[in-house]
Amino acid sequence: MGLIQEIDYATKAPAGTAMVTLTIDGERVTVKDGTSLLRAAMEAGIKVPKLCATDMLDSFGSCRMCLVEIEGRAGTPASCTTPAAEGLVVHTHSPRLARLRRGVMELYISDHPLDCLTCSANGDCELQDTAGEVGLREVRYGYAGANHLAAPVDGSNPYFQFDPAKCIVCSRCVRACEEVQGTFALTIGGRGFESHVSPGIDESFLASECVSCGACVQACPTATLIEKSVVEHGQPEHSAVTTCAYCGVGCSFKAEMRGETLVRMVPYKDGKANRGHSCVKGRFATGYANHPDRIVKPMLRARITDPWREVSWAEAIAHVSSEFRRIQAQHGTGAIGGITSSRCTNEETYLVQKLVRAGFGNNNVDTCARVCHSPTGYGLKTTFGTSAGTQDFDSVEHADVVMIIGANPTDAHPVFASRLKKRLREGARLIVVDPRRIDLVRSPHVAAAHHLPLRPGTNVAVLTAIAHVIVTEGLVDDAFVRERCDLATFAEWAAFVADPSRSPEATEQATGIAAAALRAAARLYATGGNAAIYYGLGVTEHSQGSTAVMAIANLAMATGNLGRPGGGVNPLRGQNNVQGSCDMGSFPHEYSGYRHVADAPTRHAFEAAWGVALDPEPGLRIPNMLDAALDGSFRGLYIQGEDIVQSDPDTHHVTAGLAAMECVVVQDLFLNETANWAHVFLPGSTFLEKDGTFTNAERRIGRVRRVMAPKAGYADWEITQLIARAMGMAMDYRHPAEIMDEIAALTPSFAGVSFARLDALGSVQWPCNDAAPEGTPVMHVRGFARGRGNFVVTEYVPTDEKVGPRFPLLLTTGRILSQYNVGAQTRRTANTVWHEEDHLEIHPHDAEQRGIREGGWVRVMSRAGETSLRAHITDRVAPGVVYTTFHHPETQANVVTTEYSDWATNCPEYKVTAVEVSPSNGSTAWQAEYDAFTRRSRRIAAV
Amino acid sequence: MDAERLTYMANQIGKFFAHKPEAEAVAGIEEHIRQFWEPRMRAAILAADGAGLDPLPRAAVERLRLTARAPRT
Repeated sequence: MGLIQEIDYATKAPAGTAMVTLTIDGERVTVKDGTSLLRAAMEAGIKVPKLCATDMLDSFGSCRMCLVEIEGRAGTPASCTTPAAEGLVVHTHSPRLARLRRGVMELYISDHPLDCLTCSANGDCELQDTAGEVGLREVRYGYAGANHLAAPVDGSNPYFQFDPAKCIVCSRCVRACEEVQGTFALTIGGRGFESHVSPGIDESFLASECVSCGACVQACPTATLIEKSVVEHGQPEHSAVTTCAYCGVGCSFKAEMRGETLVRMVPYKDGKANRGHSCVKGRFATGYANHPDRIVKPMLRARITDPWREVSWAEAIAHVSSEFRRIQAQHGTGAIGGITSSRCTNEETYLVQKLVRAGFGNNNVDTCARVCHSPTGYGLKTTFGTSAGTQDFDSVEHADVVMIIGANPTDAHPVFASRLKKRLREGARLIVVDPRRIDLVRSPHVAAAHHLPLRPGTNVAVLTAIAHVIVTEGLVDDAFVRERCDLATFAEWAAFVADPSRSPEATEQATGIAAAALRAAARLYATGGNAAIYYGLGVTEHSQGSTAVMAIANLAMATGNLGRPGGGVNPLRGQNNVQGSCDMGSFPHEYSGYRHVADAPTRHAFEAAWGVALDPEPGLRIPNMLDAALDGSFRGLYIQGEDIVQSDPDTHHVTAGLAAMECVVVQDLFLNETANWAHVFLPGSTFLEKDGTFTNAERRIGRVRRVMAPKAGYADWEITQLIARAMGMAMDYRHPAEIMDEIAALTPSFAGVSFARLDALGSVQWPCNDAAPEGTPVMHVRGFARGRGNFVVTEYVPTDEKVGPRFPLLLTTGRILSQYNVGAQTRRTANTVWHEEDHLEIHPHDAEQRGIREGGWVRVMSRAGETSLRAHITDRVAPGVVYTTFHHPETQANVVTTEYSDWATNCPEYKVTAVEVSPSNGSTAWQAEYDAFTRRSRRIAAV
Repeated sequence: MDAERLTYMANQIGKFFAHKPEAEAVAGIEEHIRQFWEPRMRAAILAADGAGLDPLPRAAVERLRLTARAPRT
C-alpha cells in the first residue's frame, strides 16, 4: 500500500465532445477541442515543466515554465493558455526552451531559501521537482540581492502555516480561493518585487475572511502554505481513499498516513461529490480521533449517580444482553428499542435495525433523521414515490435558477456551497427563502436576485403563494404535467392554490413577504430556465415540515423541473450518513429501501433471510420512546452514536424519559451528554477505524476505508454483532462487505451495490440494480418512482407556538461552518478557535429595547426552559427573530425548544420557539446544576 | 402514553386531511395513524375519552377502533 498519487493534468478538461489531433514531440495526440497544449501533452504522458498551472484552476500563464514551440508560429507561447488545434506540431523540449526555463528558474531560486533538506515539503515540492526537470545547476545572480527570505511565518491558522519566504507568487492560492472556494479572501498585494500573497488587507490568515477550506494549501506548489501536521510528522507514506464523516455532502478524501498516524486529509480529485474540494471540518478537523477524552474501555454502573466502572467487553456485552432480556421478560417485548447512528456506516446502521427487529422482536428503532429530514422521507415518497433527493451535485452546474429554502449551505454544506457559488458567478440567478440574511444573500461576486425573509413558521404559506403565482399567471409546464403527473391530483391542487386566499397579497401579513417580491421570485423560478430547489432543516423542522416538502415537490412538478440535470428537489441532508441511515431501514415503520413493515411480501423476504418472524406493526419513534418511558412501558435503549440529550428538543423531557429507563446503553466515542443518563458505555470507533460505506445527500454510496485499528478494539458493527450474539442471534459477519451483500440481496434499490463495484467505480448513486448497474445520478428521468407524480394540497396551518406578551420573539436555530451538530467531534479540535461558544443573534432594535449589549450575557426563556449565552447584535436576523446554534452543551439550546413537532413524522419544530430575551449576569441556575451533574456523572472509578 | 399529547397529534394529522371529502379525510387520518403509530399509542388514544379530538380525527379513531388489534406490551 503506497501513497495514492493523482495525476495533475495542469489545466482543466474542457466540456464538449469534438476532438482535434495534433503532434507533440513527434507523437500524434487526439484530445478534446479546447484542451490546452499543456494538458494535451500530459494526457500523452509528456510532462512539461510548470509552476502556476494545476488542473483544479483556470489557466493563468504567469510562470513562464511551460513554454513550447509550435511549428509555423513565432515565439514560445505558454502551453497552459494555448489551446490544442487540429494539425499543430508542437515541441516541448529544445535547447532554446531549456535555456529559457533555466533562466526563469534561476530567477525564482535567487529569492528562495535553499533549505530543501530541512523543508517540510521535501519530497512533495513542485518547485524542487521543476528545478530538477529544467536541469538547474547554478544561479548566476547569486543570493545576496534583495529578497524576501526574512519575511515572518504566519502561523495564526491552527491547521496550516504561511511562509512567505518560500512563496514564488504563482497566484495558485489566490486563484484557488476565488475559483474553487469562492471566498476571495486572498489577493496579491503590491507590485513587481513587492508582490506578495495577502490574506484580506495584509491581515493574518486567522484574522482575514479565510474559511480555512484548505484549497490554497492544496494548490501551493511549495512549502509556502503547508499543513502543520506535515511540518510535525513529515511526509505521509501511504494513503487510502475514504469518505468524510462530516455533513451530507460526503466528500472523498485521501487519508494520508505515516504508519498509523493520520498526517493529513487531502480532498480526492476523483471524488464525485466534492470534485477535489474540501471544507475546514473534513480537511482539518480530525483531531478528535486521538483526543484524550476518547473512552476506549467499556464501562458499567448500576445507577446513573454511581461512578463508571471499567469492565471487560465480555462483561459489558453480557450485562447488556441480560438486562435487555430481563426488561423484556418483566415488561414485554416492546419495552426496549434502539437508535441507529447517522454518523456510522450503512452496514452498522443496518445491523442495529436488524438487531432490533430480529433480536429484540419489535420495530422500536429510529434514527436522528427523526429530528431533521424525516419530513423529506414522508413528503418525497408521497409525491415522487421515493424518499430522497432527485439530483447529483454535478446537476448544479446546469442550473439557471437556484432557490435555497431554509438552508445555509456556506455553513452547513460548504463544499456544495462552493460549487453553487461558482455556478452563480457564471450567471445563474439565486432566490433565498430564509428568515436570516444568510451569506449567500450577498457575498463576494454573489448576490441573490430575491431574498424572501419570511416569518419563521410560514414556509407552507410562502410556497403555496409561489404556486398560486405559477398557476394563476399561466406558468405551469402543461406538457410535463400532462405527460408525467396524476391529472386528478393536479387539478385539485391547481384549484386549491389558485384560490385568492392563497395569493401573495392575501398571505403577505402572515408571511412578512411583500407580495411583489414573492411574485417576482415565483416568476423567476418558473421561467428562468433550469430551476433547482435546495432545501434544509429550515423546511423540515416545523409542525408543517412534511407539508412544506410536498409544497416544494409540487412546485418542481408544476414547472417541469424534474428528470434532467439542472433542476430537481434537493434536500441538503445534515449528517454524513443520514441518507444512508434512512435507506437502511432505521425508521420504525419501514425496512431498508423504504418498505413498510406491514407489507407482507417484503416482511416475508426479511423473515426468510433472517430466520425469524417479524412484527408487522410500526414501532416507536424517538419522542414516542421517551413518552413511553415516562408511562413505564419502555425501559431499555441501545443508542449507537447519537446524543439525543443535546440534539433533541425539550431537553427536560428527553432527560426525564432517559431517567425513567432501567438500562440505557450508549455507544460513542466520548461520554456525551446522553451518557450522563446511561448505565452502559460501549466505546465506539471513528470512521478512520473501520470499513463500510456512507450515503450522501445525492444518494451516493461511497467507501469508508479503515486506516488504523479501532482504539477500543472493535468497530461499531462488531459491537452490535457481539450484542446480537449474546442475545441469541446467529450473526457472524466477517467483514462489512458481507453485510452490504445482504443489504443488496434484500433491497431492490441496492441490488447492484457491492464493495467490489464500489471499488471499481469509486462510488454509485442508488438506485443501483440491473436497470441501472452504474447507479442513477438523476432520478425520475422517464417517470416517477411511484408512476405519475402526485400533487398534494398544502393548506397552511399556523404553528401553535405563538409569540405573545410573555414570549414576544421567535427563536430559530442552526449551525455554523466550523462546528458540526452537537459538536462532539469539532469541539475536540482546534475549530473552537472560530466558535468556542454558542451566541444568540439578535437584531439591534430588539437588543436596544432590552438593554442588551454586544457580547453581554443574555437569558433566553421559553415555556419549555431557559438558558444563558452571550449576545451578538446583528441585522442578519430580522426584528422579532433571534437565532442560535446548538453546538455546545454548556448552552444546551434545546432546553428552550418545545415538544411541538411535524404532524406526519414528529420531527421537532426547532425552527420556531417563542422566547423572551433579557440581560443576564451569566449562566442560569439550571446550567450550573447541569454542569455539576455532568461532572459527577462522568466520574470513572479508579481500578 | 399521554392521551393529551396523542390527541394533539391526531388533531394535527386531521388538519392535513381536512380539505378532503369527509369519508376520504377520515380514511386518510386512520390510515396515517395505523401506518405510523405504534400499537400502544393507538391503544392509548382508543382508551382515552376522545375529549379534545376534532370531528374528523374523532371519526378516524372510531374507525380505528373497529379494526384495532390488541396492543403489544
